Amino acid sequence: MNDLLRGELVRLTAHNPETDAEAAARWSANSEFGRLLDSSPYWPMSLREMKDNLAAEPTGFSFMIRVLTDDRLIGFVDQGMAQPQHGETWVAIGIGEPEYWGKGYGTDAMRVALRYGFTELNLYRVSLGVFSYNERALRSYAKAGFKVEGRLRRALHRDGQWWDEINMGVLRSEWGL
Amino acid sequence: MTPFQVQLFDGEQVRLMAFNPEKDSEVEARWTSDPDFWRLTSLKPACPLSTAQVKKRREAWEKEAREKRNRFDFAIRLRADDRLVGYAHIDSLEWNHGHAWLHLAIGDPADRGQGYGSEAMRLLLRYAFHELNLYRLTTDTFEYNPRGVKFLERHGFVLEVRRRQAILRDGKRWDEYRFGLLREDWERPGK
Repeated sequence: MNDLLRGELVRLTAHNPETDAEAAARWSANSEFGRLLDSSPYWPMSLREMKDNLAAEPTGFSFMIRVLTDDRLIGFVDQGMAQPQHGETWVAIGIGEPEYWGKGYGTDAMRVALRYGFTELNLYRVSLGVFSYNERALRSYAKAGFKVEGRLRRALHRDGQWWDEINMGVLRSEWGL
Repeated sequence: MTPFQVQLFDGEQVRLMAFNPEKDSEVEARWTSDPDFWRLTSLKPACPLSTAQVKKRREAWEKEAREKRNRFDFAIRLRADDRLVGYAHIDSLEWNHGHAWLHLAIGDPADRGQGYGSEAMRLLLRYAFHELNLYRLTTDTFEYNPRGVKFLERHGFVLEVRRRQAILRDGKRWDEYRFGLLREDWERPGK
């Protein structure tokens, strides 16, 4: 069997609150990153908060994303299993280092996360929500196999405009085709 | 005299009122012993709850409402005799976007189809849009609940998302439907 957590550009690794919190706190100081990731009011996290956050008991399967060539920490991907009896997780991914945006690192990490979900967690489907202003993410998720399942109209109000929350999903039967 | 002539919590048959966990928990616990109640309202596994468990859950929600101000809970009671027939609540409220989720249920099957739910929904929508000043409400129902779909559509909700085959029940896969309602559509005359 191949290394389950290794992709073509990145690998997924464990969280280490002590060593990872500094990078994660730096990511959270970037409001553009914060608003791509979350609908809560943007708020930069202190190093202390980020440490506590990373050290909290995980509710799902959480990984850090590291570049294969130099082991640099560039982001995270989490799968939360809210209702395990239906065989579904919700996935959240963030590439915190902007110089790795738009170069395939996030898509590669998502592909690894999906392989983990379908071949290790034995899921039936994986779901996510994405904001309509995040076109780069929409393209990346489509490449990884997600299909748009609908839009919560005007679920977000930012910079004086209304935006939709787009829901996407991929079924095991569609994955890897 | 105030300029407000609207009785926010009073319908013809029902009222939206506070929960009284001491008295109501026994009734709510009875609802949870009906698997249909779970399957019509939740993705969670059906699981009968004791009176004590229900009371604890109510108290946790009260605490959340007090501390985070992100949920509003109502008991649906009959005007005639104050009997508890259901619940209505708004939760996952995001003030920055004027967005929240809405949930409503009539607990005992014998109390369904009497118009209690419709009246409570009208009161809850007015509360959400004209008291909390929300802009959008989201709710969900399931493919195997056509009555729920009709109910939501009758109140102006629009089917926005079909989460394909997200539910596995009785050996079959079903879609989860997400519905939305915008304030401007709710306010439109002749809606």
